[in-house]
Amino acid sequence: MSLVHLTATEQKQLLTTGKISSLELIEAYLDRIATHNEKVGAYLRISADSARRSAKDIDARRAAGQPVGKLAGLPIAVKDVLCQRGERTTCASKMLEGFRPPYSATVIENLIAEDAILIGRTNMDEFAMGGSTENSAFQQTHNPWDLERTPGGSSGGATACVAASMAPLSIGTDTGGSIRQPAAFCGVVGLKPTYGRVSRFGLVAFASSLDQVGPVAHTVEDAALLLEVIAGHDPRDETSLPDPVPSFSATVGKPIKNLRIGVVADHFSEGLDSEVEAAVRAAIETYASMGATIKEITLPHAKYAVATYYVIAPSEASSNLARYDGVHYGYRTDEPAMLAELTLERKQLAAEGRQDAADAIDSALVRMYRRTRAEGFGPEVKRRIMLGTYALSAGYYDAYYLKALKVRRLIRQDFDRAFEEVDLIASPVTAAPAFRLAEMADDPLAMYLVDLYTVSANLAGIPGISLPCGQTSTGLPIGLQLLAPALEEERLLQGAHMMEQATEWHTQRTPHL
Amino acid sequence: MSISRADVAKVSLLARLQLTDEQLNEMTEQLGQIVSYVEQLGEVPTEGVEPMAHAIELRNAFADDVAQASLPRGEALENAPHPSEEGYLVPAVLGD
Repeated sequence: MSLVHLTATEQKQLLTTGKISSLELIEAYLDRIATHNEKVGAYLRISADSARRSAKDIDARRAAGQPVGKLAGLPIAVKDVLCQRGERTTCASKMLEGFRPPYSATVIENLIAEDAILIGRTNMDEFAMGGSTENSAFQQTHNPWDLERTPGGSSGGATACVAASMAPLSIGTDTGGSIRQPAAFCGVVGLKPTYGRVSRFGLVAFASSLDQVGPVAHTVEDAALLLEVIAGHDPRDETSLPDPVPSFSATVGKPIKNLRIGVVADHFSEGLDSEVEAAVRAAIETYASMGATIKEITLPHAKYAVATYYVIAPSEASSNLARYDGVHYGYRTDEPAMLAELTLERKQLAAEGRQDAADAIDSALVRMYRRTRAEGFGPEVKRRIMLGTYALSAGYYDAYYLKALKVRRLIRQDFDRAFEEVDLIASPVTAAPAFRLAEMADDPLAMYLVDLYTVSANLAGIPGISLPCGQTSTGLPIGLQLLAPALEEERLLQGAHMMEQATEWHTQRTPHL
Repeated sequence: MSISRADVAKVSLLARLQLTDEQLNEMTEQLGQIVSYVEQLGEVPTEGVEPMAHAIELRNAFADDVAQASLPRGEALENAPHPSEEGYLVPAVLGD
């Protein structure tokens, strides 16, 4: 077994005991990336030189007996949505193709403070909007288990790079399932923390009341280690929670006594793939065989979660993305061409005798905004901006946005009630395994419905994890989702770890790469 | 309630997006589908339910009132597509 197939925790052990150097580890990954990234397309950019420099520095400090951080010498991939000072941060959008932020995200600072080595930036759906990474303006990412299939999204690069052993750890973001769904499709572990657990400072905003940064890894133990590093209060993010962060990596191995697992009958209704159903039911059986109590619960408003989400998230997105105006940073349309277009339109309208229309035409400034945004954003981002602008516009605000906020509270209250009776809720992550690339491209609504099992956790703000629990007959990974009450990541990780200990799915690596 | 092509054209101005005729047609159809899907929210009784704007409802988050350096002008302008030495340039607004 090569170095790149080990878990981060195993690699850390080898580094700590001096059996390997960080530079060796980095070189092993750079080799692996050189061989496989072209096929998988997980990384947008690799920072080989700076990664080597950091590795040498950490090796020297370790050799000199100096203290090193919790992630010392381990390579980490970062989704291209977190700002790093002076380094390109594109959100996989033409709009931010050349953008170099003047400051770093707190998550990036936390990783560097613990001596992690930032090895590269991963592909994603543009501005994290999508579930297949096909909305990237730059490249296609392929599922390492079957290159003709999607890795999922929006953190598809983040999960594909771990699945293809091109990074032991990676950072994703999850607004409606964007860590958990691709983690399930790629057969890795992905965790969305409680809203506010991880700072959003320096995270390019999509839907601010839903976005969370979280870890992707081969195992629950590795995810616990990474979460421990990135979590914590940040005064620069006013929605950041002040609660202390438990030592997740120290407690993850402790099984939960008298565990009560909640199961929702509606989660196993029509539309669920039979192999996914069988794998998830088998996982629940595994808990029962470990002595857990399985209890049926109801989440009566869960069926409205997707509708609620697709009002709230686009509304917030339309407001957040208003900042891309071609003025302050990012892409701007060709101005002479824009002015020529405008002049021509005016003349044509005047010649047709439509003076009213000629007078009502965009001003040069408005046309500059409109062309900039038309050229800089891809179709899905435009769709969500339009949807959000519509939902927030005069006359529709109460019917859509305000209504959705009320249903959101009912969804949250369902969880509050459920967690009075159970410790964790188990469900599928997705109704089906990874679909084929381009399969959903022409059907936005069908694509949105893929988020069925994941969006509720974002709306309610609670943490969720996806971990491998099986494979289809054709060898595609299947994920199990566990949800916990707000701030109970420790319980979530312990519960997930129990499953991992009882099964072998987390040891599976892609057979073809 | 259906969403018309004129609605979509109006929203595209509000959203500062320029759409071609073809895109306008496609957007009208797709938004129509999505909007009719989300209209199922209308069947949920929500009388007396307080809207929930944020996932975790924090009390006021106060920061100490300490003056800090802001981003230097040069750095703030570094990513601008069309800056002058001291500001952002936009197409002429007056006399247009």
